[in-house]
Amino acid sequence: MSEMVTLTIDGREVKAPVGSTVLEAARIAGIKIPTLCYLKDINEIGACRMCVVDVGARSLQAACVYPVSEGLKVVTNSPKVREARKVTLELILSNHDRKCLTCVRSENCELQKLAKELNVGDIRFEGQNNHLPIDDLSPSIVRDPNKCVLCRRCVSVCKNIQTVAAIDANERGFDTVIASPFNMALNDTPCVNCGQCINVCPVGALREKDNIDVVWDALSNPDLHVVVQTAPAVRVAIGEEFGLPIGTRCTGKMVAALKKLGFDKVFDTDTAADLTIMEEGTELIERIKNGGKLPLITSCSPGWIKFCEHNYPDLLDNLSSCKSPQNMFGAVLKSYYAKKMGIDPSKIFVVSVMPCTAKKFEIQRPELAATGYPDVDACITTRELARMIKEAGIDFNSLPDENFDDPMGEASGAGVIFGATGGVMEAALRTVVDILSGKDNDNIEYKEVRGVEGIKVAEVQVPGGMTIRAAVAHGLGNARKLLEQVRNGEEQYHFIEIMACPGGCVNGGGQPIQPASVRNTVDIRAERAKAIYSEDEALTIRKSHKNPRVMKIYEEYLEKPGSHKAHELLHTHYHSRENYPDECSRI
Amino acid sequence: MIYRSHVLVCGGTGCTSSKSMEIIKLMNELLRENNIENEVKVIHTGCFGLCEKGPIVVVYPEGATYSRVTLEDVKEIVEEHLVKGRIVKRLLLGDKDAEDVSKALEEVGFFKHQVRIALRNCGVINPENIEEYIARDGYRALGKVLTEMTPEQVIDVMKRSGLRGRGGAGFPTGLKWEFAAKAKGDQKYVCCNADEGDPGAFMDRSILEGDPHTVLEAMAIAGYAIGANQGYIYVRAEYPIAVNRLRVAIDQAREYGLLGKNIFGTDFSFDIDLRLGAGAFVCGEETALMTSIEGKRGEPRPRPPFPANKGLWQKPTILNNVETYANIPEIILKGPEWFASIGTEKSKGTKVFAVGGKIMNTGLVEIPMGTTIRQMIYDIGGGIPNGKKFKAVQTGGPSGGCIPAHLIDTPIDYDNLIALGSMMGSGGFIVMDEDTCMVDIAKFFLEFTVDESCGKCPPCRIGTKRMYEILDRITKGQGEDGDIEKLELLAKNISSSALCGLGQTAPNPILSTLRYFRDEYEAHIYEKRCPAGVCKELLRYVIDENKCKGCSLCARKCPVNAISGEVKKPYHIDAGKCIKCGACIESCKFGAISKMA
Repeated sequence: MSEMVTLTIDGREVKAPVGSTVLEAARIAGIKIPTLCYLKDINEIGACRMCVVDVGARSLQAACVYPVSEGLKVVTNSPKVREARKVTLELILSNHDRKCLTCVRSENCELQKLAKELNVGDIRFEGQNNHLPIDDLSPSIVRDPNKCVLCRRCVSVCKNIQTVAAIDANERGFDTVIASPFNMALNDTPCVNCGQCINVCPVGALREKDNIDVVWDALSNPDLHVVVQTAPAVRVAIGEEFGLPIGTRCTGKMVAALKKLGFDKVFDTDTAADLTIMEEGTELIERIKNGGKLPLITSCSPGWIKFCEHNYPDLLDNLSSCKSPQNMFGAVLKSYYAKKMGIDPSKIFVVSVMPCTAKKFEIQRPELAATGYPDVDACITTRELARMIKEAGIDFNSLPDENFDDPMGEASGAGVIFGATGGVMEAALRTVVDILSGKDNDNIEYKEVRGVEGIKVAEVQVPGGMTIRAAVAHGLGNARKLLEQVRNGEEQYHFIEIMACPGGCVNGGGQPIQPASVRNTVDIRAERAKAIYSEDEALTIRKSHKNPRVMKIYEEYLEKPGSHKAHELLHTHYHSRENYPDECSRI
Repeated sequence: MIYRSHVLVCGGTGCTSSKSMEIIKLMNELLRENNIENEVKVIHTGCFGLCEKGPIVVVYPEGATYSRVTLEDVKEIVEEHLVKGRIVKRLLLGDKDAEDVSKALEEVGFFKHQVRIALRNCGVINPENIEEYIARDGYRALGKVLTEMTPEQVIDVMKRSGLRGRGGAGFPTGLKWEFAAKAKGDQKYVCCNADEGDPGAFMDRSILEGDPHTVLEAMAIAGYAIGANQGYIYVRAEYPIAVNRLRVAIDQAREYGLLGKNIFGTDFSFDIDLRLGAGAFVCGEETALMTSIEGKRGEPRPRPPFPANKGLWQKPTILNNVETYANIPEIILKGPEWFASIGTEKSKGTKVFAVGGKIMNTGLVEIPMGTTIRQMIYDIGGGIPNGKKFKAVQTGGPSGGCIPAHLIDTPIDYDNLIALGSMMGSGGFIVMDEDTCMVDIAKFFLEFTVDESCGKCPPCRIGTKRMYEILDRITKGQGEDGDIEKLELLAKNISSSALCGLGQTAPNPILSTLRYFRDEYEAHIYEKRCPAGVCKELLRYVIDENKCKGCSLCARKCPVNAISGEVKKPYHIDAGKCIKCGACIESCKFGAISKMA
């Protein structure tokens, strides 16, 4: 146990570990201090001054960064402190676009909540407001600087966690604005569309590009056969939008809601995840056997792919040529499924529900149109699906469970765990080890690649065969660390899984937004991942190559993994991208 | 080579702007023409301080100080003084008929009351020649420290001297060094704050331009005291002369082995690099300065941790201001007791002030702490021009405040100024006369802070803007009941909750003017009147019918045709059209037009 100090908060003695902050000590004592810019482990900069407390110094101090010390006396709730917080909050509100009624974050806005908690009535300090252009040129992310409170959480997550640094503070003083370098449109920067900035934004200054209307239009078009696929991470998070506890599995309710919304078929992207394992596993085995380029790096995460194209063009050949499950599924739906059902692929409209904002960018890639039509026509996030369900007046929580539709609604546990960091690796190992050893192995849980550790390494002994060296990184900062080791030859691996978002897809940029008050005390990544693994455990088929639906697709259409046809439909290619092109849009 | 005469020409920024470099060039040409180039040596020096009277030229051995020397005067100085030995009396500064011209300045108040420690070499040596610095005991203090003293002894001397930081806050320098010396760290840094940013303050620039080696020497002493081997000088890019002289000085010091490895043959190694600031005022705040040196956006970070423990690159760091450093070699050589004998009980030594505003002698002066405001204004500054009445003095720049006339006998030191709601700051001293509107002055300083806020914390980013907006309304006659209370509420809370010193002190100009000149605010708000006659929107231009001769000149000068009338009959001004530019007042030969408050 670490060394403790004793301090006094509001007259109460509190013991707190050396090196902790007043905010943390107050939490131990059950004393609530309001915060706005603070987000544990991501943004601890003492900027917003909402958490000021009186420590007896000349000025008030920010509790989120003020270290505890022996004998420190802290007052968190004096008239002076309350007034300072309230004046600061009124100042923030005085330059905030207060269109709360129509804001996407209404009722889930940390600023709104603070205003209520601090009992703000009239705003006494009205004055000039910033009216800045909204950047909505990105297919994934919309930035509205007029709602921005300059807490810098987005900057921190982009710069420090993801090491992308597409945005930072520009200008200064009252004109300060979070923006891309030289006010470039986000779409023209090395932004990877991961949407982590949206997830940490306390207000509505960052949001996903809304594609709901496109989906409503398709659903109401009688000429279209509208098919929806849902990624594994969606089902374990969507319940949060309806007040259910974090980590509640809502697969059946989600399917029921999608059917009520009017989709002609509701399929599971996990089926395509199994397909991905077949293709990627085959690719790995071939590269190992034939001396191909190693390590093989996964390609499921579109944020990671763009990051690689910008920052590691020398590693593009290491990327698996497999499309992500989303696009594999789209391609299969518009070829195999279309043929099987006798529907003209031009009449099939594929909607994907993803935990991800980068998927919105991905579906626009021109190379992802294997059948001559885009693999996927519209991509909405978990949050958008929840809004559609609400808009349609569906009482989500009382829905009876329903099952995915045939013929592409069945998946293995391997497909399910794609949603958590290490999941793709574990799924691949389940299949690859079986194939290499030529037998059906019982040991299928590779726990060393699970969990929220930034970089995870596993050495897997194939019974009677080789040892596979595997590494998993989630969050692009961790990916960068791992790739630098690979680039410098410090570490050698056969197979690497990279997910752009910390925690993997369960914490994707399109997932329900949990406020700092929750994130500061609960690891939402771990909670949602638990639900993913429990769904895996509940399934009888837990290996991709045992999924009869997938086997049938090969049998009836694709021949075998890695076949010419499979390559045409399920594989893609990458190209390096310029980081700050001369020709770009300015906001 | 031995010269019979030395001519010192001020090469500070002020005199350089008034062509002192051309004066040197021309003088050298004329010396050659008169074949005395081997007898007379022309040297450009740092600032003499009396910028108002520049360019300054001093001829030794006589010690004749010439002021406002123009290119046309150079010939006369060369031919009369340098060739014939006859002093050019008309150009002399001070008593033109003094028997001994070197004593002519003695009775000049501007110099008489000064005690020059930090500025001891400014205007005396050629700043680009290390030999001249060494001849004035330069680097002897460093030698003494390295060969005769332990780091603890150095810190003890600094503590006993009572030296406090000259950059603004007045933190005891010795204590700061002691914290950094005791902090654990494999690498420590010594930084110099040369990001002088207060409007009108230029003492640091003068020291860097006139005596750069003193800063280098003091930084090396600090390095020895705290156990650092690397120094950084953060200097504004807007000071090109200072930057250049620092570069020359660092090169020379390295060449002489006074920077670099094993200085004076000891184990102590120390080097200094320059970092140029891009002009943000907030980068003078210590944590912002270090963040900027690290190559990031210059924004303050919360303290603690203090830089003495976690400063530059999270390593123990001390940061002192240029003027603070300039005192240190003298303290080492002359002893802490000598230094502590100057000044007041809690403010030891001297302070350099940049005197400006409505005062006769603008310029740079170094005075012992405890000198009164009255002495500064009347004895040193030469009083208020045009027979106007002294109203207030603003000290401490945008973080400071205005001290009213009735407190004129206050001795200047850190604590007195704070008690009066102002502060020492970096030493700005702006004198205001009866024609100054105090609301307008508060607005002026606040506008500066609004512009220079980094934008990190809301109290400063938005709060100062809101205070400015209220002041702006008041000066435009749109003040409302409750505005003063609103200003007070904002000021109090910005002071208590802003992240850094810049924000915390930003309300000071408002608070101090409210404290001493509340009636002026009230006149603006409730009577829509600017008592000093400054705020344009509250003025009315009127023509006195009895004085107007109807010459029509004002009507012709008026840019907006607001004046009309019949020739030879009194004219009148249409207040609705008038833009209050003042062109009519200037044009009227009969004094018939005036501003009505």
